[in-house]
Amino acid sequence: MQRARCYLLGESTVVLELEPPITLESQQRIWGLAARITGYDEVREVIPGMNNLTVLLANPQRSALDAIERLQNWWEESESVVPVSRDVNIPVIYGGETGPDLNWVADYAGMSARQLVECHSSVTYVVFFLGFQPGFPYLGGLPESIAAPRHAEPRLSVPAGSVGIGGKQTGIYPLETPGGWQIIGRTTLVMFDPRNDPPTLLLPGDNVRFVPQREGIC
Amino acid sequence: MLKVLHAGMMTAIQDGGRNGFRHLGISLSGVLDLPAMKTANLLVGNRLDDAVLEITLGQFHAQITAPGWLALTGADCHALLDGKPVWTGWCFQVRPGQTITLTTPKHGMRSYLAISGGFDVPRVLHSRSTDLKGGFGGYLGRKIMDGDLLIAGEVRTMPSRQIGIRQLLFGNRVRALPGPEYREFSADSQEAFWRSSWQLSPQSNRMGYRLQGRTLTRNTDRELFSHGLLPGVVQVPHGGQPIVLMADAQTTGGYPRIACVIAADLFHLAQIRLGEPIHFVQCTLEEAHAAWLEQTRYFEQIAWQLDPAHQSAIMA
Repeated sequence: MQRARCYLLGESTVVLELEPPITLESQQRIWGLAARITGYDEVREVIPGMNNLTVLLANPQRSALDAIERLQNWWEESESVVPVSRDVNIPVIYGGETGPDLNWVADYAGMSARQLVECHSSVTYVVFFLGFQPGFPYLGGLPESIAAPRHAEPRLSVPAGSVGIGGKQTGIYPLETPGGWQIIGRTTLVMFDPRNDPPTLLLPGDNVRFVPQREGIC
Repeated sequence: MLKVLHAGMMTAIQDGGRNGFRHLGISLSGVLDLPAMKTANLLVGNRLDDAVLEITLGQFHAQITAPGWLALTGADCHALLDGKPVWTGWCFQVRPGQTITLTTPKHGMRSYLAISGGFDVPRVLHSRSTDLKGGFGGYLGRKIMDGDLLIAGEVRTMPSRQIGIRQLLFGNRVRALPGPEYREFSADSQEAFWRSSWQLSPQSNRMGYRLQGRTLTRNTDRELFSHGLLPGVVQVPHGGQPIVLMADAQTTGGYPRIACVIAADLFHLAQIRLGEPIHFVQCTLEEAHAAWLEQTRYFEQIAWQLDPAHQSAIMA
């Protein structure tokens, strides 16, 4: 079994950190553990990360030291739960004004614009966790051939719904924000709406496919 | 209840924060100075974490449009009600037509204005706090602007007389615990972190306080994967200058964590001004827990003393 270590972060939080490598199987186990301990009396909040889990304690003054051992035990008892994962299709208008960096990334990858779109949209991605912004998915599964470096100088403003590539990652910006990723397209889907339950379109464990739309390169 | 005539540089509705949604990437938000918020709310008969106005660097001017009570806490701010001074740490009764004016504080950075009944805006994801980055919560998801009309909620208990509470003193010594990657920093850097003083850089905001001082170096280039973050975590990016995460910090990140400011001392940071020095003081887990319990007990005692039931018992 993959080795895990647990430690305190500050006085009221305990963290479980797995040894590399990152695998889908161990990430599934992290989701399973997160789901299981959410709602425990001693747990206030659980934040899944990449190969790790951060647990905010409800009564740290009573339980902080025990929590290290307890989290370790919970992990060892846990099993990889393949969550009832949902398949989410994200329509994307690739290229043009909505994807200003598409041609650059295609050149970088030695492909035509159309080949790049095909490559990016041919894969099923998995939401490893959400972070950075409300509903921002960290997606696993980007083909290495189209991994492109970030901009040296981040753009001051990237519109909401922009689909980008940043190194080995691809993702969707839910809100307008400054950002350094290569923007290759945009979706009209709303990734985050605080009035919805849940407020984010995507959840950890979801399978995501990008679907090229006729208005753009496809 | 309050018509804002001049909103100042940065004024927003905040409460105790938006807990429970960090796994979806939704930040905590909420006031930076929790004790000041609690004091202000207790003074006007509210719950500890009812919504208040967080006013950065004063320069706020508003007209009262309905009778009630206000309390001002936090930064040492010269404030006037119809031209007459009101004290921070006290509540005061107000009538329609009066105006309240806050000038630039002499000490501290953020003032907190509470109103009897609390500022009434819709709860979004269980909180009235403004998420300024996300553009939701608080007053229409944005900071307060000139002309905004702020309404008070239903009053629970109206203060019976003008009273004051001794506020927690803010300073620039902040206790912290070594973070998970503390030992990966060079011995020199570990020592420099505690021994040298840190300057608050102008690039600081409610997301994070960027500090300037000695360059901290890490003995390893082991890359960290993104992990959960919370206010108080002190990260050190590649440049070697630390960042203390504050209430609006993003929920995940991957920089090494050299330390974590203890919960009881985070409020000091809310009141430190740009360019002022900050000193980190190493403490133990036991001290951190004791400090939080002591602070909690302090507010429980005040709440007990201010409860009308107990006051009449004392008077009888």
